[in-house]
Amino acid sequence: MTELRALGLAVDLGRRHALTGIDLTIPSGRLTVMVGPNGAGKTTLMRTLAGLLQPARGQVTVAGQPVSHMSAGERARTIAYLPQGGTVAWPLPVAEVIALGRLPHGEKPESLPTEGREAVAAAIRAAGLNGFEDRPATELSGGERARVLLARALATQAPVLLADEPVAALDPRHQLIVLEVLKSEARAGRTVVAIMHDLTLAARFADEIILLNQGLVAASGAPGTVLTEAGLAAHFGIQAHVAHDGGHLIVVADRPTPERGVGGDT
Amino acid sequence: MTRNRRGREPRPLRAGSGAPIRGFRDDSGRWGCYPGRVNIKSFMRASRLPLTLGLVLLIGALSLASLLIGPAPIAPVRALTALVSDQGAATIVVRDIRLPRTILAVLVGWIFGLTGAGLQGLLRNPLADTAVFGAPQAAAFGAVVVLYSGLVGALSWVLPLAAILGALVSVALVVAVAGRQATVVVLVLSGLAVGSLAGAGTSLAISLSPNPFAVTEIVFWLLGSFEDRSIVHVGLASPFILVASLLVLAAATGLRALALGEETARSLGVNVMRLRLLLVAGAAIGTGASVAVAGTIGFVGLVAPHLVRPFVGYDPARTLVPSGLAGAALLTAADCAVRLIPSQTEIKVGVLTAILGVPFFLWVIARRKAELSETPA
Repeated sequence: MTELRALGLAVDLGRRHALTGIDLTIPSGRLTVMVGPNGAGKTTLMRTLAGLLQPARGQVTVAGQPVSHMSAGERARTIAYLPQGGTVAWPLPVAEVIALGRLPHGEKPESLPTEGREAVAAAIRAAGLNGFEDRPATELSGGERARVLLARALATQAPVLLADEPVAALDPRHQLIVLEVLKSEARAGRTVVAIMHDLTLAARFADEIILLNQGLVAASGAPGTVLTEAGLAAHFGIQAHVAHDGGHLIVVADRPTPERGVGGDT
Repeated sequence: MTRNRRGREPRPLRAGSGAPIRGFRDDSGRWGCYPGRVNIKSFMRASRLPLTLGLVLLIGALSLASLLIGPAPIAPVRALTALVSDQGAATIVVRDIRLPRTILAVLVGWIFGLTGAGLQGLLRNPLADTAVFGAPQAAAFGAVVVLYSGLVGALSWVLPLAAILGALVSVALVVAVAGRQATVVVLVLSGLAVGSLAGAGTSLAISLSPNPFAVTEIVFWLLGSFEDRSIVHVGLASPFILVASLLVLAAATGLRALALGEETARSLGVNVMRLRLLLVAGAAIGTGASVAVAGTIGFVGLVAPHLVRPFVGYDPARTLVPSGLAGAALLTAADCAVRLIPSQTEIKVGVLTAILGVPFFLWVIARRKAELSETPA
C-alpha cells in the first residue's frame, strides 16, 4: 500500500501562510479529488505533496517514507506530477514526449529498453493516443495535448500520481476520457489525487473528496458527505442546490452568497 | 494499427470527428485499452550517426581547404607537404598562419553551435543565442577594458578571463531580467539593452584612447577575425572551450525534461537551478574565450541548431553535438570564404557571419511570428 500522508504540514509562500497544519491520509487504489475555492492552497498542497515545495513544518510520506529524505530521482520514480496547463516547447513527436516520463528511470527516449517501451506503449493505449505517436505534440488540440501530458505522467509508472486541474479547459468528452484514465489508474492500485473545480464531475468520479479552504482541510470523505449545501455555502461562498440523480450527485451553483467574497488565486 | 508516418491521417479519436471511444474497458476492467499496436519505434530509429559522420567529414574537408587557401601562392600539394615536413617559407605560412586559424575557426564554431543549442533548449526558444544576449559585445567590452588599462598584453590569460567575466555578466543579466516566464520580446529587449550598454562602454574606452593606431587595431579586432592568429591563441582559448563544452554537455539530459516546462522537469528529478548554472556558465566561458581570441563573431550559435533539427529532431539534448559540429563547419566555411572573396583587405569573418546571420534571424522571426507573439520564452 503506497499511502500518501501529510503530517502537520505548513507551507509559507513568501510571508503568506498558504497552508497551516494539514493532516491527510490519502489511500492507494482510490481516486481522491481535491476541491476548494481559488486561493485555498490546492496547488500549493499538491506541489508540497509532490516534493517540489519545502514545507515550513511537518512532512509528507509515501508508504511511510518521508519525501524530503528521497533523492530527486527516487522521488521522481515514486511520485508522478502533472502540473496545471502544461505545454510542450518543441514539436517533438507525441511518443517521444511520453517517453520523457521514463527519464527518472534513467531511460532515454532514443534508447528505451523493453520495459520502458512497454510502459510508453501502455500509456499511449491508456490515453487512447494510438495513431498519434508521430504527430508533433505542438500541433495537437488542447484536449489531445492534455492526454499526451497525462500519458507522459503515466509512463513513469510511479505509485503516486498527482494531477493539478487535469480537466481544466477541456471539452466534456475529453474531461470524461481523462477522468476515466485517472480512475482506472486508481483501480490498478495507485494513489491518485486530482484537483478539480467542476463539483458535479468531482462527485461523479471521486472516491474521496478533500475540501480545502484557507490553507486547511475543511472537510474530507465520500462526495456525499463533503459536498453539502451548507458546506458549499460555508467554504465556497455560494448558494447551491445539491441533487441526487440515480446515485450521482449533481451540484448546481445558484448565486454567490452576499456576505462573503472568494479569496485571491494561488 | 498500421505504422503512421507524419502526414498520414491518424486513425482513432480525432478531435471533433465524433468517433466513438473504442475499448473502454478490457477484461481486467482497466480502462482505455485501445486495441491495435502502438508505434513508438520511429523516433527511436532516427539515428544521429549519419549526420554526425557527415558533419565530421565536412569539417575535415573544410579544414583541409582552409590550409590550402590564402594570399601566399602555395600549391596544394606543397602546402600539405609543408604541414608535415620543413619546406622553408611554405611551412611557416601553413603551420604558423593557416593552421592556427583553422583550428580556431573549428573550435570557436563548435562552441558557438553547442552553446546556441544549449541556450535555445534552456529558454525553450529557437531565437536564443549568445549574440541575442549581447554576450559577444559584453565579452569584447571586458577584453577592451583590460587592453586599454595597459596592464597586460594581448596574449595574456587575463584577456580571456576578462572577456568571460563580461559575457557571464551579460548572459546572467539577461536570464535574470527575462526570467522564467518572460516573453520573447522581453528576452530580445533585455539582450539589446545589455548589448548596447556594453557597446557604449567599448566606444567610451576607444574614444578615450590616446593612441590612434591602437584604436584602429582594436576596432578591427572587434569586427571578428581569425587573421594572423597564432598557436598561442589556440592555447589560450582551447582550455576554456573544453570546459565550456563539458558544462553544456552535462546539461543534456535535463534539457530534454525542460521541454515540458520547469515544474514538470523538476518533478522528473531535474535540478533546474543547476541546469541553468551549467548553461549560463558554459555559454559565458565559451563566448568569452572565443571573443578574446577572435573578436566578436555572432549568429553562428543561432543558425547552427536550426540547420541540424530537420535531421535530428527537436530534442534539445540530441541537437547539442550535431549543432556544435554544424557551427564548426559553418565558421570554417565562412573563414575560407572571406579569403576567397576578392577584396583589397580581407573581409572580417565576423562581418560575414552577421551579414548572413541577421537575415536568417529575421526569417526565423517571420516564420514563427504567430507563436512568438504569445509563447513565453
